[in-house]
Amino acid sequence: MPELPNPELAAAPTAGMNGARAAGEGATVLEAARLVLQRDLTLAFRRRGQLVQPLAFFAIVTTLFPLAISPELARLREVAAGVLWVAALLASLLALEFLFRDDAHDGTLEQYALSGQPLTGLMFAKTAAHWLLTGLPLALMAPLAALSLGAPSASIPGIVASVAIGTIALSLIGSIGAALTLGIRRSGVLLALLTLPLSLPVLIFGARASELAIHGAPYVAPLELLAALAVLGVTLAPLAAAAAVRVSLE
Amino acid sequence: MSWTWFHRLGSPPYIYRLAQRLTPWFAWPAGALIIAALYGGLVLAPPDYLQGDGFRIIYMHAPSAWMSLMVYTTMAVAAAVGLIWRIKVAHAVAASCAPVGASFTLAALVTGSLWGEPMWGTWWEWDPRLTSELILFFLYLGYMGLRGAIEDTQRADRTSAVLAVVGVVNVPIIHYSVSWWNSLHQAPSVMRLGKPALSTTMLAPLLMMLLGFTLFFVAVLLVRLRGEILNRERSASWIREALGT
Amino acid sequence: MGGYAAFVWPAYAVTLTVAVLNVVWARRSLAQAVEAARRRLAAGGGDS
Repeated sequence: MPELPNPELAAAPTAGMNGARAAGEGATVLEAARLVLQRDLTLAFRRRGQLVQPLAFFAIVTTLFPLAISPELARLREVAAGVLWVAALLASLLALEFLFRDDAHDGTLEQYALSGQPLTGLMFAKTAAHWLLTGLPLALMAPLAALSLGAPSASIPGIVASVAIGTIALSLIGSIGAALTLGIRRSGVLLALLTLPLSLPVLIFGARASELAIHGAPYVAPLELLAALAVLGVTLAPLAAAAAVRVSLE
Repeated sequence: MSWTWFHRLGSPPYIYRLAQRLTPWFAWPAGALIIAALYGGLVLAPPDYLQGDGFRIIYMHAPSAWMSLMVYTTMAVAAAVGLIWRIKVAHAVAASCAPVGASFTLAALVTGSLWGEPMWGTWWEWDPRLTSELILFFLYLGYMGLRGAIEDTQRADRTSAVLAVVGVVNVPIIHYSVSWWNSLHQAPSVMRLGKPALSTTMLAPLLMMLLGFTLFFVAVLLVRLRGEILNRERSASWIREALGT
Repeated sequence: MGGYAAFVWPAYAVTLTVAVLNVVWARRSLAQAVEAARRRLAAGGGDS
């Protein structure tokens, strides 16, 4: 087993083991992906504090805008969709740093690359775990933020749908940036600089869908475009992330 | 196709000497074309019906915008070639492109803004073209930032190559989404940054300028490329010869 | 310039300056690379 510099991870009984199990013991890529997903979820739940941080950030940023603009709900309603989405985007960005950091640190990522399993599949599994841990909770929190910004309750389903689908795309796009900046010290700002331009289409369509929902208009069209981006992301992002991870391990 | 030709293209000493020899063949024609286009655009072309003499900014704005996109595409193609076939020279080409592309993107933004103020009445307008140009600028900055943050040259080459390829896939998506976003909010009767109706005397300098800038880019690229190749080569023998040491 | 001089001339100035700066910058980076290569050779950089 590789040496584990992080004592907390070293104490985790499954650290590295699922990777070893997935590595070459006749496992199919689906089994390997499932193991990776399970491992990520298990390890994340051991650090519940860390899971809450992006959500807290989302809540704080959402609170900033009324304080900076006006307490009038009528005025806030005009910008609610945009504010919500920018906050979700930034919170999602913040959570990206956790995606590969620990695995790169303790050598698990290297094991994944050497395991003989398609690294793309494992990258997809990690990104799926990331979405379950950050994107989905953000989508579930979005109603609170939306209501606090004056959105009508009828708009909630549309808002939740847009954030849920949008964060899938964001996790995928973000995984590329996270993989590219592996091993770079203090890469937070660079990660943002790389990921934000690539995320702009998601922001545009997602905010538009939320906006239409808030005004009671049909929002299916931008939602479909958002879903298209997510599908494109599923096809291409794990590939790019795997390529970037391989480069970082060379 | 003879494979020796292809292999030679990947050979650093060959490319170095070729770049050295070819540079003047691009530099001088570029200079001549640009000067001729300047004369054509500033003196010979008549004022536009709607925009008066203000339209002449197009002779600076359009080539800059063209450069920003063409250079990015070149960079991405070179990066892809370097990534797929592991050709160092291709990575050197990509590295050479970035500063050129970024600086002309900035020029495109500034000239776009200068064109906008007299035409729209504002220094900035979130119209699809300018907004996409701005995002392209951020893509360049990200690429250069990533390169700069990785110390090992080979790793920097390959990592930024992945970014360049991902970016180039995104450029059409970004442009589409920005156009879509912009079309939702039709600006009131403010004149949009439409191309003025161009007669031949107005069009010819523009085409000359575009060609001139393209050749200019190749010339600058060839100069930068030599430096990038030198920085990636450790082998002494051909360098000694090439530098005349 | 039909009253647009304050916009047209700066636009030309900016773009042409960028072009000139690119030339200067490129030549300087080449000179630096040559200098570094010469130093490597002088320090006995062997064939790799």
